[in-house]
Amino acid sequence: MLAVVATPREAFWAYAAYAALLVGAARLGRVPIGFLSRRLVLEAPFLLFALFLPLVGGGERIEVGGIPLAIEGLWAAWNIVAKATLGLWATLIVAATTPIAEILHGLEHLRMPRVITAIAGFMIRYTDVITGEMQRMKIAREARGYDPRFLWQARALTATAGTLFIRSYERGERVYLAMLSRGFTGSLPLTAHNAAVPRQWAMALLLPAAALVVNLSSWAAL
Amino acid sequence: MITPVLETTGLCFAYPDGHQALFGCDLRIERGERVALLGPNGAGKTTLILHLNGVLTPGAGSVSVDGLEVRKENLKRIRASVGIVFQDPDDQLFMPTVYADVAFGPRNLGMTPADTDVRVNAALDAVGMEEYAERPPHHLSFGQRRRVAVATVLAMEPRILVLDEPTSNLDPAGRRELAEILRELDTTMLIVTHDLPYALELCPRAVLMNGGVMVADGPTPEILSDRELMAANRLELPYGFDPVLVGRRIIP
Repeated sequence: MLAVVATPREAFWAYAAYAALLVGAARLGRVPIGFLSRRLVLEAPFLLFALFLPLVGGGERIEVGGIPLAIEGLWAAWNIVAKATLGLWATLIVAATTPIAEILHGLEHLRMPRVITAIAGFMIRYTDVITGEMQRMKIAREARGYDPRFLWQARALTATAGTLFIRSYERGERVYLAMLSRGFTGSLPLTAHNAAVPRQWAMALLLPAAALVVNLSSWAAL
Repeated sequence: MITPVLETTGLCFAYPDGHQALFGCDLRIERGERVALLGPNGAGKTTLILHLNGVLTPGAGSVSVDGLEVRKENLKRIRASVGIVFQDPDDQLFMPTVYADVAFGPRNLGMTPADTDVRVNAALDAVGMEEYAERPPHHLSFGQRRRVAVATVLAMEPRILVLDEPTSNLDPAGRRELAEILRELDTTMLIVTHDLPYALELCPRAVLMNGGVMVADGPTPEILSDRELMAANRLELPYGFDPVLVGRRIIP
């Protein structure tokens, strides 16, 4: 991803090469391209921002369909769109091909502080539980004829949010009790280690290395 | 005299808000026993359980496990020897995979990864969940999560296994499967339950608790057949269930 970000924006062919590399990786990992494209919606806010740049940017302008667009802005917008899309794709491929437990495990090996990986682990573990609870509360509200149309009816929603918060807080306490009961003393034990063998390192470094080659040649070509 | 696995004497406890939940509880459980702890909601059953491994500290009286008093300096050993399976498996399973969760207890006991692995596999095997080791807990069914919760505690090889409402929210097949698993274990057990047929099926002995004290202690069929005692303590058998008739068919 660093290689992509550090590529000069004029080197169109380099971006095409990156995209090809990622499509190859997705193929290898059997991630459907449709899945990746749909997930790109995440990028929408950045795209909106990118759309504004040519309109508000200063400097030289060209007319496109009667709208004066700043050339500098157009370059910046292209830069954002291309790099964001490629970055997101790379992240999505990792997320789609690696179980969460292994991502956390990997981060631990890369010396990410245990507190952070533990918090991330808990968050992932309980997101489902809490959204399930939220869903049930929503159904219960609607089952009793709740159909908010006016602002003052939002009271029930805020009450739901409050209740959800308290329930989650209490669950947190119960989880902590359960942890204490199994001898928890303040730090999560590392789970069994499977250190990566050189072959796995080589496989893992293949894609970044290829990206780096593209990057260097794009600078050389300038 | 043999040291009991669990003994509470004159146990009293009041919550910080002033509500008193236990008024002098005496309970003695011998090695190898399976005991049902019965009682209506609010009788103090859960409060009692939380004393057994020192999550709550008695206001008066004492708790001892295997002759060792539950006190701050003994907590580590006590928690290794009392395994509590809580009501909601979502509270108990918090690690990213089933394996990591079952390994949590043994690792806290300071065991090596190799020894932990042996324990985890044995515990998952005991509850028939070995092929789910690498799955995240939230992808399992409720019954499977309950079984994994039992495994997380078994992996610590506790002296006494305490189950809080083990059958709540289980479907009939899940309930029966759990009974089969529990019956196979030779660990001393205290089962807190409202499911009276389950108590009769698994536990030769029952203690009845109400209002923060023990009101009865005896063979389960006898307690369940005592209509007056049952009515006085808000306990009811399912429609058509006759503990005396069933009791004859029970293999202890």
